[in-house]
Amino acid sequence: MITKRIIPCLDIRNGRVVKGVNFDGIRDVDDPVALAKYYNDSGADELVFYDITASFEERGLFADVLKNVAENIFIPLTVGGNINSLDDFDRVLKSGADKVSVNTGAIKNPSIVGEAAKKYGDQCVVLSMDVKRVDGRFMLFAKGGRENTGIDAVEWAKKRTADGAGEIVVNSINTDGVKNGFDIEMLEAICGVVSVPVIASGGAGRMEHFKTLFDTVPGVDAGLAASIFHFGEVKINDLKKYLISQNIEMRVF
Amino acid sequence: MTAIINYGVGNLFSLTGSLKHLGIEAVVTADADEIRKADRIILPGVGAFADAKRKLSDTGLIPVLNEEAGNGKPLLGICLGMQLLFEKSYEYGEHDGLGYIKGEVCPLCEDIPENMKVPHIGWNKLIIKDKSNPMLKYTSEGDYMYYVHSYYAKKCEESLIAYSEYYVNVPGLVNNKNVFGTQFHPEKSGEAGLKMLKAFCEVR
Repeated sequence: MITKRIIPCLDIRNGRVVKGVNFDGIRDVDDPVALAKYYNDSGADELVFYDITASFEERGLFADVLKNVAENIFIPLTVGGNINSLDDFDRVLKSGADKVSVNTGAIKNPSIVGEAAKKYGDQCVVLSMDVKRVDGRFMLFAKGGRENTGIDAVEWAKKRTADGAGEIVVNSINTDGVKNGFDIEMLEAICGVVSVPVIASGGAGRMEHFKTLFDTVPGVDAGLAASIFHFGEVKINDLKKYLISQNIEMRVF
Repeated sequence: MTAIINYGVGNLFSLTGSLKHLGIEAVVTADADEIRKADRIILPGVGAFADAKRKLSDTGLIPVLNEEAGNGKPLLGICLGMQLLFEKSYEYGEHDGLGYIKGEVCPLCEDIPENMKVPHIGWNKLIIKDKSNPMLKYTSEGDYMYYVHSYYAKKCEESLIAYSEYYVNVPGLVNNKNVFGTQFHPEKSGEAGLKMLKAFCEVR
């Protein structure tokens, strides 16, 4: 059977990793290729590159980063950020992305999910969603979690996967940055209505949080995190060893 | 020299990068002469079967592939490239494949319980049926490979070398004479995948 996956996420601006990683053996702490290699060697099952570039000019730099990473790291690459059109899908796929994650772009234009799935295959389209509780309901937020769209997040997940999204990233605004564990309740609600892989994001602080995640919500396929990996609070190879010892299937490498 | 067939399907950065990493010369090409001169051929591919088949057909390279595969040149199809090697696919209709390997490509969702996810995305353990196959020279039972697909090969028992379990046995590696196919992406399967590409490049 397929293993659960551990996925680090790197934010890229101006061709560099934002908030670089400070590990032994890495001199250039914000070189995307060096960091990708580091994660590849420590057992990451996949990498997410998130483009937080603001200007059009910098897109070229981002494309160069992707090409360089794809030629040097032989695990799947997902790319997100600034994906608003099929041209954007094309742009990152041609630079080495295997999957493309769309978030606000799908809120502005929901039909992009179906169109991209038709053109590139379901497996290529990842729906990323920022979700927060409002009056006891899970609501979909836009613009990096700043704006309530008024859309029910569970309904959104159901509709967009029916359109062809092949995977979902659920980022809980409630637990993001709190480091007190993933948002189990939210993940259960969304896993209950979709039949594609779900990637949990937001809230990881310790190794035990991943165990609780995978044990409690069997529908979750992967755990995604950024800062705890970047700052070395949790090392991916230690995390995987720990999870294997807890009878959770992980890729050994 | 390894010829990677360029027919406008999928990104080839990882594939060319993997071969480069292994020190193997490779060229991405749609040129018949270059393919004829190559020591081996890789047929990549992602997306939908019919679309890929049409694109491959449009390059005019199918007769060249038939000839080279028939002459015994090592050929490796990856993912959709592997599916194209079979006789038929039932992905949105019924389509003819290249017919180098006996078998047909069918929807996974019809053969697994409803609560199981499709596409089959992720790392899955390889279970070896025929350890003596040259592609497995550096591969161990239980190595994890990265799969992304919604259709899988059936009726290919004769060519089955290794598989992974996803309720059903999903053929991972198939081989008929000089023609090989992997449903998983060796170029995305970390060290384990690199080893398999290395083995392919040593097939004579």
